[in-house]
Amino acid sequence: MAETTTTAEPTRRDFLFIATGAVGAIGVGALAWPFVSQMAPDAATVAAGAPVELDLSPIVEGQIVKLFWRGKLIFVRHRTADEIAAARDVTLASLPDPEADEDRVVAGKDEWLIIYGNCTHLGCVPLDFQGAYRGWFCPCHGSVFDTSGRIRSGPAPINLPVPPYTFVEDTRIVIGEG
Amino acid sequence: MSTHTPTYVPKSAAAKWLESRLPIIGLVHSSFVAYPVPRNLNYMWTFGAILTMLLVIQIVTGIVLAMHYTPHADMAFASVEHIMRDVNYGWLMRYLHANGASFFFAAVYIHIFRGLYYGSYKAPREVLWILGVIILLLMMATAFMGYVLPWGQMSFWAATVITNLFSVIPVVGETVVTFLWGGYSVGNPTLNRFFSLHYLLPFMIFGVVMLHVWALHVPGNNNPTGIPIKSDKDAVPFHPYMTVKDSFSAVLFFIVLAWFVFYLPNYLGHADNYVPANPSVTPAHIVPEWYFLPYYAILRAIPNALLGVIAMFASIAILAFLPWLDTSRVRSGVYRPMYKVFFWVFVAVCIGLGYLGAMPAEGGYVVAAQILTFAYFAHFLIVLPLLGIFETPKPLPNSIAESVLGKDAGKGGAGTPAGAASKAQAE
Ligand code: HEM
Ligand code: FES
Repeated sequence: MAETTTTAEPTRRDFLFIATGAVGAIGVGALAWPFVSQMAPDAATVAAGAPVELDLSPIVEGQIVKLFWRGKLIFVRHRTADEIAAARDVTLASLPDPEADEDRVVAGKDEWLIIYGNCTHLGCVPLDFQGAYRGWFCPCHGSVFDTSGRIRSGPAPINLPVPPYTFVEDTRIVIGEG
Repeated sequence: MSTHTPTYVPKSAAAKWLESRLPIIGLVHSSFVAYPVPRNLNYMWTFGAILTMLLVIQIVTGIVLAMHYTPHADMAFASVEHIMRDVNYGWLMRYLHANGASFFFAAVYIHIFRGLYYGSYKAPREVLWILGVIILLLMMATAFMGYVLPWGQMSFWAATVITNLFSVIPVVGETVVTFLWGGYSVGNPTLNRFFSLHYLLPFMIFGVVMLHVWALHVPGNNNPTGIPIKSDKDAVPFHPYMTVKDSFSAVLFFIVLAWFVFYLPNYLGHADNYVPANPSVTPAHIVPEWYFLPYYAILRAIPNALLGVIAMFASIAILAFLPWLDTSRVRSGVYRPMYKVFFWVFVAVCIGLGYLGAMPAEGGYVVAAQILTFAYFAHFLIVLPLLGIFETPKPLPNSIAESVLGKDAGKGGAGTPAGAASKAQAE
């Protein structure tokens, strides 16, 4: 079987067949990419995702302010001393997604909690000050978040994430940098 | 289509001319005029025709709506209100389309349960059945994307929750969702692509329906006895017997649809969808349309996000494997005393899941949903494989004609519709 007869030698037709097939396959592959890529966020959407600035001074203690960055909802919560204490009085190991409250805020700015406002389960907006821990309660499938935005019970797999941000002044932050 | 000898003979010169170039009249004749159907089909067999008519209604009303609708996040909601208030009969087009979608699912569920009861998925109809499951999936995708178009609160949050289902895919989930959205959240690019696909998918459904009918016409219809046509006496020609039965059933069905369209147009919808989309507030109680409730209950029954999504998709995918999960050699549930009981239990399980899907996901509801989710899968994975081994079926009749006319059917004559059986051809 290993030996083939001379008649089975490659012909010009075989060459054409393989060459055409190869070029065709590369062409289809190269064209497929633009068709996938056009689905991604377009240049205008990406540009609209530039960092946003927020003045914290009008936000009073106990208040939650909402804003959008990159079309995503963000909660800015001015926490009371009690709320901070409640968030820190917890055994980390008992949390579904263990994370210390100190790691979710900027040191020395412990009263400011800045987190994404869409439930990490399927994206609904949790209701403020609701649920057993007076953090947030998601009406969609019942996830309960504490005053650090950490998941305590329900289907949400992880804590409400902290977006990148920095304090540019004492009461002014820039979201999207940091 | 393929196995029948066409009995159509063109008479006029024009028909002869066309038939010798494209034998389309003969194809229609052999498929929808002379095509032999079992003489014992009951009204459960009329839903295929009703579904075809509903698809045509959705396409026609949809094309009209698309002429007045604006697929833009800032204008979509207002354009639907414009259809409702300003466009002549716009309210009628929209209410027909919205309620038509609901009735489409009602009809398809009856059609599917008919198939389950009479074993229509078994050999030689597996491909026919799988094509049906594909149609169901395409319908679900179409209805979901259509529901997003009015850009109300329910539209927006349905889009958010359903697209986020894909974020549970390990590693690439987040990227997949960003590509679905065309942004970092559900927004105008999402609405635009959903509109494009909502226009496309019904035509794909139409194509798969053609394959479905083709796959039907190879083995022919199943029937309440589950035994095949054996002689001319078992069959009647499609026209006029099925054409009149289908039409009669369709008229009754469309009277009910009309009752909803004219008297209860928003009964099946959700009031919150008349509130424009607002990305910063989720309605207190979000529920999908009624036809998605059982799947939604399965999704929420499972505490782990990834497993919940897998279970939800599996609940539909498992239908495609049904021909091989059911081990019984008897086709029709009529002759399967134990299957009959489990069939109705399964119907109750599906309705129960639908009820739980509409309830809040807390306490006893979650436990009940977990029990019913188990029962749903157990029906396919435990009950059906075992029943074929342990069940003693009832004796089958010798022929369809015998089941209808009694033992003396063999003597012929009595009760046979004149000219019916004689014209029909058995396979
Ligand atoms: C399988 C067939 C189809 C199904 C199941 C379906 C389903 C739906 C549903 C559930 C809605 C939301 C109704 C509402 O609450 O307002 C909708 C809206 C819409 N559909 Fe379809 N559709 C189908 C075919 C089509 C076709 C073929 C077109 C266009 C060519 C179309 C165009 C539209 C438009 C423009 C809207 C937005 C206006 C509105 O919300 O009433 N549909 N569709
Ligand atoms: S989206 Fe919040 S619990 Fe499901």
